[in-house]
Amino acid sequence: MPELIDILIARYNYWVVICLMMIGLYAMMAKNNLIKKIIGMSIFQTAVILFYVSIATKHDASIPIIGHGHNGHHAIHAADYMNPLPHVLMLTAIVVSVATLGVALALAVKAYQQHDTLEEDEIIEQLKTEYLSQ
Amino acid sequence: MIWQFDLIILTLVVISGIASISIRDLLGASVLFGAYSFLMCLAWAVMGAVDVAFTEASVGAGVCTVFFVAAVFRTSRRSKD
Amino acid sequence: MKRFSLICVLLFGAVLLYGSMDFPAFGDPESPASRHLSPYYIKNAIKDTAVPNLVTAVLADYRGYDTLFETAVIFTAGLACFLLLRRFRREPPEFRLYRHIDTGVTLIIEQGGKEPTDSNEFQQIDSQWVPYDLIIQKAAGLVVPFLQLFALYVIAHGHHSPGGGFQGGVIFGATLILMAISNDLRSTIRRVSEAVSSKLASTGVLIYAGIGALCLILGANFLNYSQLSKLIHVSSVMARSHGILLIEIGVGLAVAAVMVWIYYNLVSAGRHDEGL
Repeated sequence: MPELIDILIARYNYWVVICLMMIGLYAMMAKNNLIKKIIGMSIFQTAVILFYVSIATKHDASIPIIGHGHNGHHAIHAADYMNPLPHVLMLTAIVVSVATLGVALALAVKAYQQHDTLEEDEIIEQLKTEYLSQ
Repeated sequence: MIWQFDLIILTLVVISGIASISIRDLLGASVLFGAYSFLMCLAWAVMGAVDVAFTEASVGAGVCTVFFVAAVFRTSRRSKD
Repeated sequence: MKRFSLICVLLFGAVLLYGSMDFPAFGDPESPASRHLSPYYIKNAIKDTAVPNLVTAVLADYRGYDTLFETAVIFTAGLACFLLLRRFRREPPEFRLYRHIDTGVTLIIEQGGKEPTDSNEFQQIDSQWVPYDLIIQKAAGLVVPFLQLFALYVIAHGHHSPGGGFQGGVIFGATLILMAISNDLRSTIRRVSEAVSSKLASTGVLIYAGIGALCLILGANFLNYSQLSKLIHVSSVMARSHGILLIEIGVGLAVAAVMVWIYYNLVSAGRHDEGL
């Protein structure tokens, strides 16, 4: 039983990442509504970010802020602090994701203004009839 | 890091993610997506990524939800699936 | 279509699961991701830059180029929203609604009709207007200045605690969005107009790039803040710390302005007349 719990702890984050990626991909492929597709895209993005944050974690390590005791007098051990590099990459990725989310929602609003619906199959139907009538 | 919190929060993250794509009301979907973002922010705080968690709390749970609500306000609230 | 995508997604998950077998265990300090570059940052960041928060030091100093172009991406996204949605041609609406504040009577002014001018008595309202909730309006008005102060604190204190330009900028933008939600969009646009927000966004990116160019002029590489010590008369380590603060201000300005700009365009569908 303890071995099982060890395996669960060592693997659970990766399983959740895979689960969230599958949810996001399914929403992007199978859902007809454009807003649902955008939510799926955001879920996929956060799954990638969760993966990066998971590989930055170290057991028995502190958050990546060096305490005020360290003024260059003591040696700093790398194993005592979480890996700051993936945190940096993901911090910028989150803010860029909100900006791209704004652009995606703007495109959805634009599509709604032109076709008066958010469903993808109805938009394709309208485009087909427009093409045939020409 | 407390691994029990990690397991519980990540399970809740998956549940709220599934709920937010399966609900038919788009306003409800955006609110559930806000809950998903906030749970994700808690998970990252547990993992020790305080800066990332802070960013997600202000961006994902705050501004993203407002953008979704604004877009739903300008389009329609109903969804077929 | 649903069945096909379900099969695709399951295949994708199976491949990922197979790949994840070889990953290092969660929380392993000896994993390949933590062995190569990051020990250098952890050991030397406080010696090089005098910034205890390693994330801020790496974000704004060691990987300054990365952050510069991320800021440029955010500015481009704001510009893309503006170009996609904004209606430049101002077609006059069929009718306007004015509400007499004391009595609550709503006037419908059709096109060409004379509009009431006295703004103390009449107030223009949206077509989907609902009466304001007094508690929400006043509570949001009370909270906004403190939230803005907190946003400035987050930007300025990013060296020692979690925070920095991105987070503070987003919080500052969110306070303006809160004002727009709790009152109405028109009064917020009167305070912070679209022209102001777009200019602030580009100013933020220019501050960032300008600090980098200043280092170039002073004779070092682009974004090498230690050369700023010639201008502000501190040691080169402290100059790097101050340089980080300067570019965090630029990032915060750009992010706050872009958030507000995207919100204006999204909520009014580019018309900027009425919204949430």
